[in-house]
Amino acid sequence: MPGKLKAKIVAGRHLPVMDRASDLTDAFVEVKFGNTTFKTDVCPKSLNPQWNSEWFKFEVDDEDLQDEPLQITVLDHDTYSANDAIGKVYIDIDPLLYSEAASVISGWFPIYDTIHGIRGEINVIVKVELFNDLNRFRQSSCGVKFFCTTCIPQCYRATLVHGFVEELVVNEDPEYQWIDRIRTPRASNEARQRLISLMSGELQRKIGLKVLEMGGNAVVGYLQCFDLEGESGLVVRAIGTACTLDKLSSGSAPNTNTHMHPNTAPASNACNSPSKDGKEPVFVEDLPSSSGPPTPFRALPTSSSSPPPFSPSKPCSRQSSSSDTDLSLTPKTGMGSGGSAGKEAGPLRTLLRQQTQTALEQRGASSSGLLLNAREFPFFTLTSFPPGFLLHVGGVVSARSVKLLDRIHNPALGNTRSYKLLDWNSVTADEPETRDAWWEEIRQEIKSHARALGCHAVVGYSESTSICEEVCILSASGTAAILNPRYMREGCLDIGCTDHRFEDPSPPSCGFCHIPYDELNMPFPAQLTYCYHCRRQKVPDVLFTTIDLPSEAAVAGKGCLIQARLCRLKKKAQGETNATAISNLLPFMEYELHTQLMNKLKLRSMNALFGLHIQISVGENMLLGLASATGVYLTALPAPGGIQIAGKTPGDLSNEHISSIQKRINDTIAVNKELYQINPPKLFALDPEVFCGINMELAEEGVGSPIPEPRHRSRLFRSHSESSDELSELDLSHGKKDAFVLEIDDTDAVEDIHSLLIDAPPPTGFYSCNTENMPGISNWTSGVQMFTSVRVLRLSNANLTNQGLNKIFTDLCENLLKSFYFKLRSMIPCCLCHLNFTVAVPEEELIQVTVTAVAMTYDKEQTQEKTAEKPVNKGSLEAEEQLQFPLELCADSSSSNIQTASKISGVAESTNISPRAASVDYGSFADRCSTWLELLRLKAHTIRRGSVKTSRRTQSLAHSVSSLERCSPLQEGRSRSLRSSRSFGGSSVTVVKMTPLSFLPGIRIIKYLGIINMFFIRETTSLREEGGVSGFLHSFIAEVFAMVRAHVAALGGNAVVSYSMKECVFMENPNKNQAQCLINVSGDAVICISETDQESSASTANTGQTGGGGTDGAT
Amino acid sequence: MSVELDVFVGNTTIMDEEVYQLWLDGYTVNDAVKVRMEGGVMDECEASKDVLLSDTMDQYRTFQMCERLLHSPAKLANQLLFQIPPHRQIMLIERYYAFDDTFVREVLGKKLSKGTKKDLDDISAKTGVTLKSCRRQFDNFKRVFKVVEELKGPLVENIRQHFLLSDKLARDYAAIVFFANNRFETGKRKLQYLSFQDFAFCAGQLISNWTVGAVGEYNMVEDMDVDLDKEFLQELKELKILITDKDLLDQHKSLVCTALRGKTKVFPEMETSFKNLSRGLINIAAKLTNTKDVRDFFIDLVEKFIEPCRSDRWTAADMKLYLTHYTNSAHILDTFKHQVVWDRYMGVVKSCIFKMYHD
Repeated sequence: MPGKLKAKIVAGRHLPVMDRASDLTDAFVEVKFGNTTFKTDVCPKSLNPQWNSEWFKFEVDDEDLQDEPLQITVLDHDTYSANDAIGKVYIDIDPLLYSEAASVISGWFPIYDTIHGIRGEINVIVKVELFNDLNRFRQSSCGVKFFCTTCIPQCYRATLVHGFVEELVVNEDPEYQWIDRIRTPRASNEARQRLISLMSGELQRKIGLKVLEMGGNAVVGYLQCFDLEGESGLVVRAIGTACTLDKLSSGSAPNTNTHMHPNTAPASNACNSPSKDGKEPVFVEDLPSSSGPPTPFRALPTSSSSPPPFSPSKPCSRQSSSSDTDLSLTPKTGMGSGGSAGKEAGPLRTLLRQQTQTALEQRGASSSGLLLNAREFPFFTLTSFPPGFLLHVGGVVSARSVKLLDRIHNPALGNTRSYKLLDWNSVTADEPETRDAWWEEIRQEIKSHARALGCHAVVGYSESTSICEEVCILSASGTAAILNPRYMREGCLDIGCTDHRFEDPSPPSCGFCHIPYDELNMPFPAQLTYCYHCRRQKVPDVLFTTIDLPSEAAVAGKGCLIQARLCRLKKKAQGETNATAISNLLPFMEYELHTQLMNKLKLRSMNALFGLHIQISVGENMLLGLASATGVYLTALPAPGGIQIAGKTPGDLSNEHISSIQKRINDTIAVNKELYQINPPKLFALDPEVFCGINMELAEEGVGSPIPEPRHRSRLFRSHSESSDELSELDLSHGKKDAFVLEIDDTDAVEDIHSLLIDAPPPTGFYSCNTENMPGISNWTSGVQMFTSVRVLRLSNANLTNQGLNKIFTDLCENLLKSFYFKLRSMIPCCLCHLNFTVAVPEEELIQVTVTAVAMTYDKEQTQEKTAEKPVNKGSLEAEEQLQFPLELCADSSSSNIQTASKISGVAESTNISPRAASVDYGSFADRCSTWLELLRLKAHTIRRGSVKTSRRTQSLAHSVSSLERCSPLQEGRSRSLRSSRSFGGSSVTVVKMTPLSFLPGIRIIKYLGIINMFFIRETTSLREEGGVSGFLHSFIAEVFAMVRAHVAALGGNAVVSYSMKECVFMENPNKNQAQCLINVSGDAVICISETDQESSASTANTGQTGGGGTDGAT
Repeated sequence: MSVELDVFVGNTTIMDEEVYQLWLDGYTVNDAVKVRMEGGVMDECEASKDVLLSDTMDQYRTFQMCERLLHSPAKLANQLLFQIPPHRQIMLIERYYAFDDTFVREVLGKKLSKGTKKDLDDISAKTGVTLKSCRRQFDNFKRVFKVVEELKGPLVENIRQHFLLSDKLARDYAAIVFFANNRFETGKRKLQYLSFQDFAFCAGQLISNWTVGAVGEYNMVEDMDVDLDKEFLQELKELKILITDKDLLDQHKSLVCTALRGKTKVFPEMETSFKNLSRGLINIAAKLTNTKDVRDFFIDLVEKFIEPCRSDRWTAADMKLYLTHYTNSAHILDTFKHQVVWDRYMGVVKSCIFKMYHD
């Protein structure tokens, strides 16, 4: 009995009138936890009752504390008839279970009823006393912290990253139980809410157990999802990254300034920047490897140090990716869905098979199984990393699979008509045809894709499903990457979240762009060039990733949101036919989405995508595809070429027509360059101009003689549909430099091009992105507006074409964006960040788009002259230090550059990858005041390319300035916003800010209070009276926000970061005047303070802290 | 193809003041969109009509959801549903309770009953204020009336605290409540030239001088600022002596005339009409014990005093001069003992007449 839960009901307010006669209410409260219920006295005839109850005490297992919510029901006492329920409050106790989080939950909670919405508020106080429990075999995982944030949370430092954790729990959906026929909608909704609350509690506890077994104490990037599978049940699944986090003592939270400190920086980063002590033997092995549990990457240094370990199997592994969309209908034992495994190359396949089988055997049985699992899937749900963590990025890897739900046979479910939770894993440990096995399969595939790209890890990993009737599409995607193994092994991630966004003294401003795969054995056709930054490594011409732009990356201009939208009609069908039809369509959709993305990227004159998220949603008669990403110009990558239009055969379409389209495209590119201020450092900037010129020429040429041969195109096509890596597009351009050719062969193609040009740029003063950081903007001011918008379109036209649908869908998304810009116009200059679109096909003729994002204001003036501004913002002393810093580095780095340059001249890439990475890190600074040697080398490269012949000196200077500017976006933002937050003054206590980002501008998070994970159902039988569907949903979303805020406030918090609305399922029946909606939201409750408050104390205290962290890491 | 559902919800509730005003003014969504388009808001953000329509609908919905809270503004501050910055809350409340002077002029002094509410469409037609807006304003009056009716303490302060209104608006509402409670006649043709602000000023004078609450000793009495001080009204009868006692009347007249002589062009007219005017004012005072006559207070002031003066072409300065000396001279009359009542009466009457004496 390791815990005592205490609850006290203080008062109520704004209660609804329950007794029409007296216009008053006789309210009392039931407090329930597990199977124990307490009641307060009735407070007669009051709408603002004061109960001031005693402390209700529940003595419970901590396991229950984790699983169960505290359930508070407010009722109206009725002497003669049954008491009427006013509403309920569910309080998640979890935040009280870790020592450093909240100690008490106390505050006003909205009383929520699934039929009437919020009906008044109740003031409750909840406390937990935990007893020490030494039981080794405990089932609870109290104390494991959960974070939705996909980076190392501020005010923590990661000492060890353990790796991937996942779990899923299955139960029968109460909505589909027999009892649902006889109970009221309210009872049914409440049963569902409670069940999901229980299931997510259980899921969290189980994941916590896995983390404890791995030796971690936290889960970062926790992503929990529901699959409402209808008849076949309800799945709650979660993935995350297990870590060992150390709390930075309060007051010494990482201060941005100190990191630039010339003295502390080298010390604290001793292990991050091995270039400093490059001559010493690198301490890869000098950690006592027996301490702590084995980490996932123990086995990996080999593979990372020799990137092409799989080279023999590589050509084949390309093909393996056809299983992206593999349909496995046949329940089979053994690994893999027949097709995919079958196509695997021999050696790889065996390897995979063995691994999976071991994993399956061991699964759930013991800790070794767990660890194996973690090692098996070197996946990270994180999207941004401490500097130096990410060495190279290969590209996007994704896998999809279509499954039939009605084929799942689950005897346990069939018989149980209770709320008993079933652990799918344990029940079906020997039955492979389960959801668990499905995911296993997909993860294997992702892993093999990553290997094909020469990578040993997948970062920015996420999973999702789309369900329509009995068909389910499972999707997973991530970014193949090579991570610095030392971070894994030694846990020298001594960097708190704030730091990790900022400058490491070795900024790998281009390192991550360098290809991880072997140039001679490329996994796909791609055009490689030497890095435009360091000129030492090869880079691809475009880079697609699912992660955030590394803060140290060198970019030119601003980023922007790029979306590809696609609709595909399909015939209505049932069962296998339907599933087959869908899986046949998927590769086409992926290909088209990809082409659209590529075209739009080029149209904006950019060369990389970050935060790429492709969603494919299935409906009865159509599939919707939506790909969102943030485009950016990476200066390390070659300038993108233009887009060239060509007719299929000469005289096919009127020449004038083609050239007019070509002109429009060229104009658009020019306009976009201006708009996004893409002026790459002169040295390289000339290229695109040259290309532009070439394009013009080509355009004219193209009119006469079309460039691409159809055969060529189709080859490209196949290679695409089969691979999920997103890099291969450009092999067309081998001959003609970078010109991307669009062929107009029919009217559809014309439509496509038109739709390409439809995307209106955001109005002046607005930028948009779907990532955490907006490339090119960092000086945020304090204006923050999080919003959710839902739009549902009814397609009345029965005989729509694919083209027509595409247009409708594109317009829908574009109009939504236009609406946002208009609504938020008072915030100009502002940026819409983390624009997260989700699409669904709730019914046959409906398309639903749900968007959550945050608008943040920034200081326009300071963007331009950031460097000049610096001294103004920081203390003069710090300013001085900052000036010294780069200089010092330059001297340092240029020498290391030379040193390593010679090393690298061969292909020799030894186990010692770190020095190389580090030297690259210094690249930008090296450019700045580089030696002539360096310049000469650059010159040589450029001349070989034959594009530029102008003064190198000024160019390289210009370049270095730009990279300096970008070096620490967040730091700028924060320090700058100090000023603005001053003028805004402290906000009142009750205000709870919400943001989908992991940070709030100008505000420092001092404490994480726990995860917020809430699930609500709202139903109405008087839709018209509530203002129709819009009125209904509007108030529901407002209510959900209100409940999230209330819970955060009750925990003592004042903000929610990493907020997301994971589910918004809306169903309506206007004829019956009914509607129902389910919403699932999550985020991290935090306490934050304005940075001004602790600025001085923090910076002093921090110096010691960072230094200490550095030594930790080095030992 | 049609938009089935379209919502936008911000964590901080987004409200456009312009749209709020249109909503308050009772514009339909479509009319509001038209007005906004004409206002040029479209150019601001390259918006289209659809965008504007969607935005207007969203805002209208938000306002409708907020309306319930605005009925008891104190709730707005501690409700959890909408996160609205304090200065916005103040704006919302202030604008919601703001009213059109033309509208309030029509219902001033009328009983705030269902009967009056039925006539709102006529008032709407007459004033050009939309019916929806008329209803809101009328309901606001009624709501404030009902709430303060049951409260003890000073009227203005009660309104301000209970409805979180600005001092100015609270005073206006106090005037409306005061007029509605005492049912002052304001609708007669002769009173048409007076604006609501004229009446509001007079109401303020009456409230602070003639009500129960005006006398310091009663502090927390119900309706203290709404009902006139009965004792005082009774005492007013004593003033009759100024016109019934012939000596006193003559003495008063000569004192006033001496003081005024040579100071104004209309002196002859003042001299001739002195007795009439004095009788007029004192008869008004003497009759105030009758509820019926209280209602006619303003019409009486106009008929018995303002109109005669106006026909004699007194300027406002003349009026001021006359009334000042008229009031002060009474103090010199040794046989006149009711100085306190006289001051209390004349203080208010003087300032009311000053305010009301215009075209």
